Amino acid sequence: MDAKIISIIAAAVAVSIGSIGPALGEGRSVAAAMDAIARQPESAATISRTLFVGLAMIETMAIYCLVIALILLFANPYA
Amino acid sequence: MTHGSPLATVVVFHLGPVAVAKPVVTTWVIMLVLAVASWASTRRLGLIPSRRQAMLELLVNAIVTQIEEVIGADARPLVPLLGTLFIFLLAANVSGLLPGVQAPTAHIETPAALALMVFSAVHVFGVRARGLLGYLGSFAQPKLIMLPLNILSEVTRTFSLMVRLFGNIMSGEFLIALVLALAGLILPIPLMALELLIGVVQAYIFTVLATVFIGAAVGGETDARRSAAVIHPKPGDS
Repeated sequence: MDAKIISIIAAAVAVSIGSIGPALGEGRSVAAAMDAIARQPESAATISRTLFVGLAMIETMAIYCLVIALILLFANPYA
Repeated sequence: MTHGSPLATVVVFHLGPVAVAKPVVTTWVIMLVLAVASWASTRRLGLIPSRRQAMLELLVNAIVTQIEEVIGADARPLVPLLGTLFIFLLAANVSGLLPGVQAPTAHIETPAALALMVFSAVHVFGVRARGLLGYLGSFAQPKLIMLPLNILSEVTRTFSLMVRLFGNIMSGEFLIALVLALAGLILPIPLMALELLIGVVQAYIFTVLATVFIGAAVGGETDARRSAAVIHPKPGDS
């Protein structure tokens, strides 16, 4: 296998494995936020704003993987 | 593939030695449209708002309230920067849906410039609020051993601000281009609606995170109140 094929496989592995953790984390945080809104509907605005910011933070991990994959595919220093 | 590499840029023309790329031209057009629209819509403001002015006041009030809720202090010094940032990002993210236009935030240079802007604004507002020594001292909070981590987090959060915006907008456009190349006419439309939603949410998130960073550098209301209580203790306080 030459470096090109290895980097294509590595890009796919990076995105697929790297998005598992953020997906689980986002699911947990949305579930917790739903729980909190169900208990205290009056603080829904604050909770959803904090939720959005937190989701953005978690999502960054998956997007790092995406950027690594893009660098491997389009700006690969080795192939 | 219709777009080619998402990391490459298309140079439109050269301005002397400076190459002007396509996202820059799009940014200029957006800036022009926003500037003319702001000028035209704030020209005849009255005490009794017209329909247009009421809409404008609604938008500005919404931005001010959001900022005040996040930083818990007077939002007015931050509104020019953060409001412009939000409106520009909204226009830039959504502009990718116009035929023939690619969102400038889908290339890494524009998010990089915006993130650098936020990075410098954090320090400017921090120094202005706390003084140079007070602001530098806040990096050694809560313990001196946190100093390297705090400095590192300044850099990484700016980087992640850039990568988050770029990754979301670029991946949306890329997905639409792929689906368009695979299956014709109707199928990309729901994805474009999703991309519209993602663009608005990312503009909101970028602005809120910038607000949070600036608010942390300025040192929110609770810190100010606590130090005020230490300096001038009220008779009732124990």
